Amino acid sequence: MQLDSLYQEVILDHYKHPQHKGLSSNFDAQVHHVNTSCGDEITLNITLEADIVSSLTWDGQGCSISQASVSMMSDLLLGKSINDASAILSSFCELMASKGTSTGDADLLEDAVAFAGVSKFPGRIKCALLGWMAFKDVVIQAQSK
Amino acid sequence: MPLSVEEIRKDFPIFERTVRDGKKLIYLDSGATSQKPNAVIDAESDFYRFHNSAAHRGVHQLAEEATDAYEGARETVATFLGAPGGSNEIVFTKSATEALNLLAYAMGNAAPGSRFALEPGDRIVVTEMEHHSNLVPWQQLAQRTGAELAWFEVTPDGRLDLSALDTVISHGTKVVALTHQSNVLGTINPLDEIVRRAHEVGAVVILDACQSAPHMRINVEELGIDFLAFSGHKALGPTGVGVLWGRINLLENLPPFLFGGSMIEMVTMTSATWAPVPQKFEAGVPNMAQAVGLAAALDYLTKIGMDNIHAHESALTGLLLDKLLAIDKVAVIGPTSNTERGSALSFTVSDIHPHDLGQFLDSQGIAVRTGAHCAWPLARRLNVSATTRASLYLYNDEQDCQALADGVVAAQRYFGSF
Ligand SMILES: Cc1ncc(COP(=O)(O)O)c(C=O)c1O
Repeated sequence: MQLDSLYQEVILDHYKHPQHKGLSSNFDAQVHHVNTSCGDEITLNITLEADIVSSLTWDGQGCSISQASVSMMSDLLLGKSINDASAILSSFCELMASKGTSTGDADLLEDAVAFAGVSKFPGRIKCALLGWMAFKDVVIQAQSK
Repeated sequence: MPLSVEEIRKDFPIFERTVRDGKKLIYLDSGATSQKPNAVIDAESDFYRFHNSAAHRGVHQLAEEATDAYEGARETVATFLGAPGGSNEIVFTKSATEALNLLAYAMGNAAPGSRFALEPGDRIVVTEMEHHSNLVPWQQLAQRTGAELAWFEVTPDGRLDLSALDTVISHGTKVVALTHQSNVLGTINPLDEIVRRAHEVGAVVILDACQSAPHMRINVEELGIDFLAFSGHKALGPTGVGVLWGRINLLENLPPFLFGGSMIEMVTMTSATWAPVPQKFEAGVPNMAQAVGLAAALDYLTKIGMDNIHAHESALTGLLLDKLLAIDKVAVIGPTSNTERGSALSFTVSDIHPHDLGQFLDSQGIAVRTGAHCAWPLARRLNVSATTRASLYLYNDEQDCQALADGVVAAQRYFGSF
């Protein structure tokens, strides 16, 4: 069933057991992003040390795709330099824009290549991108402080 | 008279196609937009094919035919709504959203002292269950004029809380704008008391009939309201056409909203006067083909009979309520009793987010709506960030209801299996 390409096991795993969920009390910047078409919400906290992401925590509610995506993202980007994180972010955005033609760069994206199937479901791409767009935003805010 | 859904479906070409690799289409999203029968598709395209020309302009034959078709559509809408003042009370807009904005902006244009002019100390009353289209225009009007926005709250079982009717509709109230049937909860609101109180304080009552006019017999005179709006596309009609009905004496006293061609009487370089209603509110070349398509839709509905349609949907709603409530972990958001309730039915399934449920149902060929349904304050009030909504129409049957119930159970198995 095509549905299985969307709901990969690792995605549902992250949905049921989200990583880095629960907002840190200290942070350099915080953003709140909403998917206006479905009401999914994410708050994301970041702390930078030099240019390393030293803390990345979040809270939110929404569908399995949006929640698993932010969970996997925080796992992936924690401890990375801003440059590396940006490269991963670009790679994920490219994957989402691929309309099902790409399997994703596993070296960069690791488990997040599981979202490749989402790119075939135009209605769900925004869900998958919610946390990543919040990250893009929170980095800009943290750096401009 | 019971409907023959099998016969009705033959009129709707979309049911000839399949979805998602050959699955039968189970369309449960008519609350968002309805499907179109051939009669409507043909009426719209025949207008372009045979009569296309600018209504109200020119003396040639096509202009006459276009004008007749467009004005004939206005007559059909007037009859459909039971407009006491006839077709002059019908204004075509592009949608219900535009019709409601027209009212809000026109009131904003009213001269000080007019019954429509709002100022600090005046009040606009809405409800917590409004679609954004019947909330945000009034919020904005309140902000522009300094009037106060007040509202009826919604009870946990999805009805309007009218216990403070006389204080919510206070003496300074000039506008009461509410939905006839909630697009989320399915609740049909009781109008008699609200209309009585509104008129007692001199307010006008504006009814958002988007979810009622397509599904039940409407008679504006019996309802006692002052303005009504609905969208053609939810009533088997084309997109791009909506209706504003208003009492003739009110429309005559209401200033225009959009200015331009067709809505004027005389124009000099520095000033203009207005055409009589309804032209005063229809600036520019109108959506003629869509109005003609809408008239074909209303003829189609009338031929089947609005009371028959309502009875059909009501029976299906009762059935669907029973089926869904029998499933473990399903909660209906809105009235669970099948009285004063239409066929929009929202529900949640614990542990499955509506977006995921909608996606699963889609894989079974079932089209539902998920999200907050353009009613964020209501969702917040009821403490649900999103729901799944099934909405029924004349072309749905028991099998569709069964398919949905089976789909929900299958989704529970699918998402529970990891
Ligand atoms: C109750 C209600 N009011 C207003 C609207 C707006 O209708 P439209 O988008 O056609 O203008 C809708 C449509 O979803 C509705 O359900």
